[in-house]
Amino acid sequence: MSININGSSIDLPSDTRVSLLDLLRDHLDLVGTKKGCNQGACGACTVLVDGERILSCLVLAVQYEGRSVTTIEGLSTEGELHPLQRAFIEHDGFQCGYCTPGQICSAVGMLREVKRGVPSNATGNLADGPITLTRDELCERMSGNLCRCGAYNGIVDAITEFAETAQ
Amino acid sequence: MNSFTYARAIDVADAVRQGGEANSKYLGGGTNLVDLMRETLERPSSLVDVTGLSSAITEREDGSILIGAAAKNTAVAEHIAVRTRYPLVARAILAGASGQIRNMATVGGNLLQRTRCTYFYDEDGSRCNKRNPRQGCDAIEGFNRIHAILGASPACVATHPSDMCVAFAALEALVHVTSSEGVRTIAFGDLHLLPGDHPEVETTLKPGELITAVELPPLAFSQHSVYRKVRDRASYAFALVSVAAAMELDNGTVRDVRLALGGVAHKPWRALKLEASLKGQPATAESFLAAAEEELADAKPLAHNKFKVELAKRTIVAVLAELAGDIS
Repeated sequence: MSININGSSIDLPSDTRVSLLDLLRDHLDLVGTKKGCNQGACGACTVLVDGERILSCLVLAVQYEGRSVTTIEGLSTEGELHPLQRAFIEHDGFQCGYCTPGQICSAVGMLREVKRGVPSNATGNLADGPITLTRDELCERMSGNLCRCGAYNGIVDAITEFAETAQ
Repeated sequence: MNSFTYARAIDVADAVRQGGEANSKYLGGGTNLVDLMRETLERPSSLVDVTGLSSAITEREDGSILIGAAAKNTAVAEHIAVRTRYPLVARAILAGASGQIRNMATVGGNLLQRTRCTYFYDEDGSRCNKRNPRQGCDAIEGFNRIHAILGASPACVATHPSDMCVAFAALEALVHVTSSEGVRTIAFGDLHLLPGDHPEVETTLKPGELITAVELPPLAFSQHSVYRKVRDRASYAFALVSVAAAMELDNGTVRDVRLALGGVAHKPWRALKLEASLKGQPATAESFLAAAEEELADAKPLAHNKFKVELAKRTIVAVLAELAGDIS
């Protein structure tokens, strides 16, 4: 029984009660992923599983046996920051930084959804094809990530810039 | 959290065999059940993971769409046939939860999610008949702003939290279930129960029965449909009131209408009185309001949720006006 975390195969704990979040933080010391509410209300624990964003606090690690998890530690390569991390620094997309790893993982997953044409509650015409990432679209799609410091303007600017340069 | 065993079902027969054991629970995405287990409100001794069963979304020859119970919310809202033929379903899903949760949550799990009544969750500090049968209800005399105005009982005033289910109720979806006894189909309106004297019993599913699929039956005017959700913030919040509706007009007259309300009752509330009263009436704000008044006539608001009665009426009128404008 194993799970792939940031490219490494990890044995799952024998205790089925361990959440994916606790596996990352307490068992593997990958403390970039944060425990905010631990009940699916804040988004601080967001990670990517096979490229899709999920909340690691709301699932048992065992549910993801055989899957590939990417955390904030896995987004940077060989000490180089991910371009979205650099954009967060550039645009002051945080103050205390606690929600930031979740914001960044969520945004990476969100942009893949936009590219795939997944609609949102802010999408005008559901039958239309390509999604234009307006500010309304971006805010609606990122609404699952709260920032108690209120750094939302910087967060939106950072994601917008990254989305434009990544095109 | 209590200790439990975990196993993945390889097919429906395997799931039903394992799920038929005492104190076993089927596990979908886990977004509700794992949280309830952490709060010790659910204490299963075994979990049967059914996310490997059918998640297919299939358009069938009779015009229906069959959605495998393991389909993720995102996959349903993303499916082009759902978006174009049943926009109220896509809209309801997209109005619910967050992008992350929609990537995890399954259709089967959505149907069985439990109330977000804060007294239900407050095991140490509050009485709750749903959590501890015959204990009493602290919501009725408590802070009950988010609670039910229709179909409640002296035992329970909790609401059903789902958005998707409101759309399914309006569409008269069919719920396909399997158990060791065989298969059967449940009309959506018969799946969830009003609280009555037993709020701890929330559905008509028998022990060990597994939801395998939800069927959206063909409805000629389902493409003329919307979902509107009113909540305390612009996104990522449960509904205070929501409306799923589809309407067919003929020369300014309401030929047919389907409407269901969310956030107002222990189950998704199909507005049958409104539908009966509105058919054949002119599609005007006056007839929409008259029908809404009739539906809400039986509302019994609590100390802090009287606003929901007026909010429901106004949201109904706004939604029907939007549909009338859309079609004419």
